[in-house]
Amino acid sequence: VSAAPPHDWPADIHAALKAAEVRQVAYVPDAGHARLIKLCAGDNTMRMVPLTTEEEGVALAAGAWLGGERSVLLMQSSGVGNCINMLSLIATCRFPFLTIVTMRGEFGEFNPWQVPMGTATPGALELAQVIVHRASEPTRVGDTVAGAARLAFSSYAAVAVLLSQQLIGAKTFGK
Amino acid sequence: MSRANTLSRRAVVAALLADRGDLLVVAGLGAPNWDATAAGDNPLTFPLWGAMGSAAMVGLGLALAQPKRHVLVLTGDGEMLMGLGSLASIGVQRPANLAVAVLDNEAYGETGMQATHTAHGVDLAAIATGCGFQRSETIREMAQVEALRARLTARQGPLFAQIKIAADAPPLVMPPRDGALLKHRFRAALLGPDAALA
Repeated sequence: VSAAPPHDWPADIHAALKAAEVRQVAYVPDAGHARLIKLCAGDNTMRMVPLTTEEEGVALAAGAWLGGERSVLLMQSSGVGNCINMLSLIATCRFPFLTIVTMRGEFGEFNPWQVPMGTATPGALELAQVIVHRASEPTRVGDTVAGAARLAFSSYAAVAVLLSQQLIGAKTFGK
Repeated sequence: MSRANTLSRRAVVAALLADRGDLLVVAGLGAPNWDATAAGDNPLTFPLWGAMGSAAMVGLGLALAQPKRHVLVLTGDGEMLMGLGSLASIGVQRPANLAVAVLDNEAYGETGMQATHTAHGVDLAAIATGCGFQRSETIREMAQVEALRARLTARQGPLFAQIKIAADAPPLVMPPRDGALLKHRFRAALLGPDAALA
């Protein structure tokens, strides 16, 4: 009896973003987002917007919505700290905002430098008036992102989906 | 300061926004916001009251979403310095319909006129060139402003202009402050009344 193949949750995220008609995919790369970034880059309905720092993606989301398009920001938990003041743009103008955050600094972390921001990530987002959802089970990721996208774009909310480190696996540095 | 800058910020912005037609404008926080409003409050201007460092990226998101329209980001040197990385991100996308014009008085005008990095010679136009802008220039004369105005709708972007202006402080002329109102009126003017049903 062979084990079931791992559930392809990045494909589920891509499908959810496509169904939500997301057109601008802003990102600072993370290993946990690598497959999703590749899937979005291969989708000619999505434009990839690599950023130098995560808060650029918050501002991009505002501009995209002003122009009638939907966007998503893909980042690692360490990037959340870079976004805090820029999120005032989202809150005060009530722009829809969707971000998918791969978690570091939690379950099984090897690098202590990731722990402070990883620990602060959910609270920091909530203090900045972002609704936080978390996905830890591979089979629930797609639904969680689809629900978050609907909440963001139909209810004009700021929503983050945190992808648990249990889901994406801890980086081991070969140790 | 390297040499006397004589251009009037209000005259520069009035020239850039004269007969603006369907030009889409993002105005950075502080004086560029007041300058754009002094040229005529307009629903197709999105004036920022905060989120310092965001103006160029708001312009990029808008330019990508509206490739058939022309987008002008009007901001200050302090605001642009806070979002320098966004010039690199714009350089990757290279939207032909985007222009970024920095009103450079070499000072933080809202906080007591402390010198910005541009007062010490930091060359924003050179940075934009290095980031891959199609055209980037430093402007010191009104004739150059007029030439920039003509290029705003020529789809030759991304364009960058560092406009050296006098460090004066004309009277405040303020647009509405309610961000949700500013967003709604912009979308209604650009996308039509059904934008509220999106």
